[in-house]
Amino acid sequence: MSNITGNEIIHQYLRHNKKFPHVLCAGCGHGIVLGTLIRSIHSLGIPKDDVVVVAGIGCSGRLAVYVDFNTVHTTHGRALSFATGIKMSNSHLHVIALMGDGDALSIGGNHLIHAARRNIGVTAMILNNSIYGMTGGQSSPATPEGSTTMTNPYGQLDHSFDIVELARGAGANYVARGTVFHVNQLEKIMVEALERPGFSLVEAVTPCHTQFGRKNKYKTPVDMYKWLKSTAIPLERYNELPEDKRAGRMPIGVFVDRGRPGYEERYYAMQENFLKQAAKGAGR
Amino acid sequence: MPRPRKRTEIFALGNEAVVEGALLAGCSFFGGYPITPSSEIMEIMAARLPRLEGGVFMQMEDEIASMGAVIGASLSGRKAMTATSGPGFSLMQENLGYAVMAETPMVLVNVMRGGPSTGLPTSPAQGDVQQARWGTHGDHPIIVLSASNVQECLDMTITAFNMAEKYRTPVILLLDEVTSHTREKIEIPNEGEYEVFSRTVPSMPPEWYKPYEETVRGVPPMPPLGSGYRFHVTGLTHDRNGFPTQRPEEVVELMERIHRKIDQFFYDIQIVEEIMTEDCDVCVIAYGSVARSAELAVQQARSHGVKAGLLKLMTLFPYPRRQTEKILAHAKTLVVPEMNMGQMSREVKRVNMGHAAVRTINRVDGQIVTPSEIFKVIMQG
Ligand SMILES: Cc1ncc(C[n+]2csc(CCOP(=O)(O)OP(=O)(O)O)c2C)c(N)n1
Ligand code: SF4
Repeated sequence: MSNITGNEIIHQYLRHNKKFPHVLCAGCGHGIVLGTLIRSIHSLGIPKDDVVVVAGIGCSGRLAVYVDFNTVHTTHGRALSFATGIKMSNSHLHVIALMGDGDALSIGGNHLIHAARRNIGVTAMILNNSIYGMTGGQSSPATPEGSTTMTNPYGQLDHSFDIVELARGAGANYVARGTVFHVNQLEKIMVEALERPGFSLVEAVTPCHTQFGRKNKYKTPVDMYKWLKSTAIPLERYNELPEDKRAGRMPIGVFVDRGRPGYEERYYAMQENFLKQAAKGAGR
Repeated sequence: MPRPRKRTEIFALGNEAVVEGALLAGCSFFGGYPITPSSEIMEIMAARLPRLEGGVFMQMEDEIASMGAVIGASLSGRKAMTATSGPGFSLMQENLGYAVMAETPMVLVNVMRGGPSTGLPTSPAQGDVQQARWGTHGDHPIIVLSASNVQECLDMTITAFNMAEKYRTPVILLLDEVTSHTREKIEIPNEGEYEVFSRTVPSMPPEWYKPYEETVRGVPPMPPLGSGYRFHVTGLTHDRNGFPTQRPEEVVELMERIHRKIDQFFYDIQIVEEIMTEDCDVCVIAYGSVARSAELAVQQARSHGVKAGLLKLMTLFPYPRRQTEKILAHAKTLVVPEMNMGQMSREVKRVNMGHAAVRTINRVDGQIVTPSEIFKVIMQG
């Protein structure tokens, strides 16, 4: 990893002509996720022109506007479909989809499973704050059972989605989970996800004290980070725990790493064959 | 002088002609989801595109994703299209609005079928005319084209791509089942015999580039993603730099420009065919397959000594007002036959403003409008 300081990186990657301040609440984890993304791109030495950040709608979706890459702020839930068109049109680009948990799992659930099934070469990041932040704290498919939200004043009845299991089942090539409390690990995961062919999915657990914490006994950002610290546990250690000790713990680390080629690779190989055949036919 | 090359003639389905037109126009990306009666467009694309250098065909998981992929491809510099029918068209509306707002060229073919809802899957209808105009939310300009025979399916698809690129906007090609599923002999034009327009790309250095800056034509140049011009694309109301804004003067500037870039080129966008309209007393205004029935009816009426004419609309929106007004100077009656409850006759009445009598013929039973039906109404005067 490079020894450049945080500030210098910021100057290199933030948009100087964008009017700041940003829209995020003080203490929001989304900024940390953006920081890890920028540092991982920087450490891999990927030119800014080769990066396309495609974002959905929500607090997470707003991140795209601040960074000096090619950025596309799409419609709610649809980031992965836009990303698919971009990747297939120009497969050397690093296409990164930033989505909220509501964005990716609820309205965009179908696109998520099919992007994974196709194994399209996109790096997807789900910023999981277990709530709809931007619209004021309604429950999302990742809201833990029993917690209170604006649309679940009597407690969430639905089970919450396990993003990792969903992505694994759908066929994603690389699946990992990290948290904004465990920043170094999150950055390492991001670097790997960017390097892998095919569909990579990183779940970044990030706190929203404004909409989720306030209603669920984590009043301040600090309470939320303490909660992350105490719940998250490395996958290897989690696997060693007896069943009854696992409740309430959240394993973090790399869950799937299959090394399968991406859809675009398979598509262009097929096309190459057609073109060769045609050239041969024409030469005869 | 080189002898003009003879055109290739093929016997093709309307839907097939759409594909031919798209490929001639330079389309290299298709994303779609199957639905009757548009599916052949997708199936033929699936066979053709992978065999062309750089051609990409993708069957997406639904129509919403199809539009997303097409917009993504267009932002990456491709000429891209999708094709669908009623229920799929409904699903495409949100991202259609995005394409308008982000000024993304693309072609959307909607082969209309009876509705509402899943309606009459294999029967002809023209029920999506107003949805094409107003389907996506918010005030927006839109270009909607149509075709009434198989040759026109090819020609108008090329035109649709050209307009999309010229005006940086989605263009809708509205067809009906009769035209899409008719098989006719058509001519494939030779290269050079038709215009192919591609979007203007910026020529200034990237640091100077403002993605949504005013230009003479109102259409800012558009670089492909990843070509060194890094900018922000959003469906939010944005300033000249592409960044979200809520400042009234910037909001108004954007809204006025996206309307003006279409309004100022009505002469280029509004395409009609005028058949015996110069002196007509009765003028039929029709589009799609109905225009073919109308043409026959008009000829019959003429042979009976009635001065009838046909204004065939190839552009549905922006509605060809100028061409209609010209006819209103002498026509006493306008006849508007269509396979819906009266979606285009609303436009005609709006332009007519009481000058002539407007008679409508409306069918919503999945049956075509016949020449004799139109003839009868013409003869009533
Ligand atoms: C089609 C559509 N439905 C609803 C909305 C309203 N909306 C905006 S953001 C959002 C949820 C955002 O939550 P999430 O994706 O979890 O992101 P966060 O704000 O928490 O980062 C919703 C429902 C919308 N913009 N578009
Ligand atoms: S509402 Fe929540 S997710 Fe949105 S910026 Fe504030 S803390 Fe972050």
